Amino acid sequence: MAAEVKIRGRLSNGVADIKSLMPHPMETGTQRDPQGNLIPAHYIEKVVCFRNDQEVLSADWGASVSKDPYFAFQVKNCSPGDVIRITWVDNKGESSSGELVLK
Amino acid sequence: MARHLILATAFALIASWQPPASAADPAADSALDRIDPEADREAMRNFYRQRFPGVPLEAHKDGVYAFDENARAQWLEMEDFPPYEIAIDEGAELFETPFADGAGYADCFGDGAVKGRYPYFDDARGEVITLEMAVNDCRAQHGEPPLPYDGQELTELTAYMAYQSRGQVVAVALPASEAAAAAYEDGKRFYTTRRGHLNFACTSCHVQLAGNRLRAERLSASLGHVTHWPVYRFEWQEVGSLHRRFERCNAQVGAEPFPLQSEAYRNLEYFLSYMSNGLELNGPASRK
Amino acid sequence: MNMNRRQWIGGMLALGSAALLPLRALADAKTAFKATSADTALQELFGDLPMEPSDAITFKVPDIAENGAVVPVSVATDIEGVQSIAIVVDENPNPLSARFNISPDVAADVSTRVKMGKSSTVRALVKTSDKVYFTTKEVKVTIGGCGG
Repeated sequence: MAAEVKIRGRLSNGVADIKSLMPHPMETGTQRDPQGNLIPAHYIEKVVCFRNDQEVLSADWGASVSKDPYFAFQVKNCSPGDVIRITWVDNKGESSSGELVLK
Repeated sequence: MARHLILATAFALIASWQPPASAADPAADSALDRIDPEADREAMRNFYRQRFPGVPLEAHKDGVYAFDENARAQWLEMEDFPPYEIAIDEGAELFETPFADGAGYADCFGDGAVKGRYPYFDDARGEVITLEMAVNDCRAQHGEPPLPYDGQELTELTAYMAYQSRGQVVAVALPASEAAAAAYEDGKRFYTTRRGHLNFACTSCHVQLAGNRLRAERLSASLGHVTHWPVYRFEWQEVGSLHRRFERCNAQVGAEPFPLQSEAYRNLEYFLSYMSNGLELNGPASRK
Repeated sequence: MNMNRRQWIGGMLALGSAALLPLRALADAKTAFKATSADTALQELFGDLPMEPSDAITFKVPDIAENGAVVPVSVATDIEGVQSIAIVVDENPNPLSARFNISPDVAADVSTRVKMGKSSTVRALVKTSDKVYFTTKEVKVTIGGCGG
């Protein structure tokens, strides 16, 4: 199972300021390893963010997003106790997620 | 005009650091008599005080970010959620994983907040001991094989320990034995010796040209160089050790690098650490 | 009605798709990501929608990137009715870098870090139901000082 998404957040006046870091190689498919072989493309294609059960944001990514992607956004209409969940799926079908309970 | 005179004097003082006489020469005085680390440290601090007016000496623990506005802005964005946090988490997990004999790193290092003790000169062993060596010493004590010095596992462990040690201060003891003095001298010799195709010494870039541009970058001061390791360098796309940076730096001037944790690099680290005595430890860090 | 919708969303999510976008739009995104020129990527993303420069977009990106592997980018706007925000790096082999699908429950304000192969125009595009607003910046990516 791929590494968990790291999430930090601060709730203020109903708006959750969310910052996340997703361990992932984000290989473009054009780099070579020390032996000279092409490293296959391996990157997050889709990110989906939830507030409790509700999807609030999604993102489509290409391989040019940096390694170990950072992603920050703001969710409105939040209350303490709400769970912010971030999930991703990559081009190989692997996935992971992370959760944060807002205080 | 006075400022130029002061700068010239400070520069002359530090530039007058010739590679010291070899301790192997029987006609030489004792290394302990030759060295004056406090004078060296004061000379270095005075030099950078003059070379970077308005930059507090403490700020050089952040390298070029202490004085390059554009780079600093990007660095602060990164610090929002820095890429080395992943290494800290991995390192924490490694730190907490027991050895086969049931003991763990905590038995050697407590909560890991020990970086302030390293490097130090071990008189019994007759060499400089670094944190990386200490980790492998701990492993050996418990029947575990040593971790490669260029591997991610060791670097993640030291990233966690550096994080735990934040706020400690560089405090290398004054060399008190002949062997320690020789190691200090050896480190200073390395620092001032030209090498490679480009025939640069460390001082060429980090003293003579400190603050100047090298293509799109600016050159950092040697003061503060040791405080923030291991470092997530964007060039490496992963965390790496101080010695890995020495290796890269040597290669960049066309010189044959030394092995990581070789005596040459450990003595260099020892000298540079003494120069940074008093500065706060702020590892791990990210750099371009 | 709620239960059926939840099941449908659950089904869509199991496929790893965005429940907020019709599948056709998702397919457009895939072709757009494959495009090798900025013009083709924009055509794939936005078709014939009118494009209009706007200073209501706060686009933060460095003038000189410290390292092309990790360039911080942030796009924010208070334009009403934002459906998506896209980032395009003209000189990259595949210029479309990312597209963020904005619901009324999030602010039109996203930050990430992208790879840039070389100095390039970088574009921030904000789509509403009937228009695409955009702004651009020039970002220099240089060879490092120490030979790389």
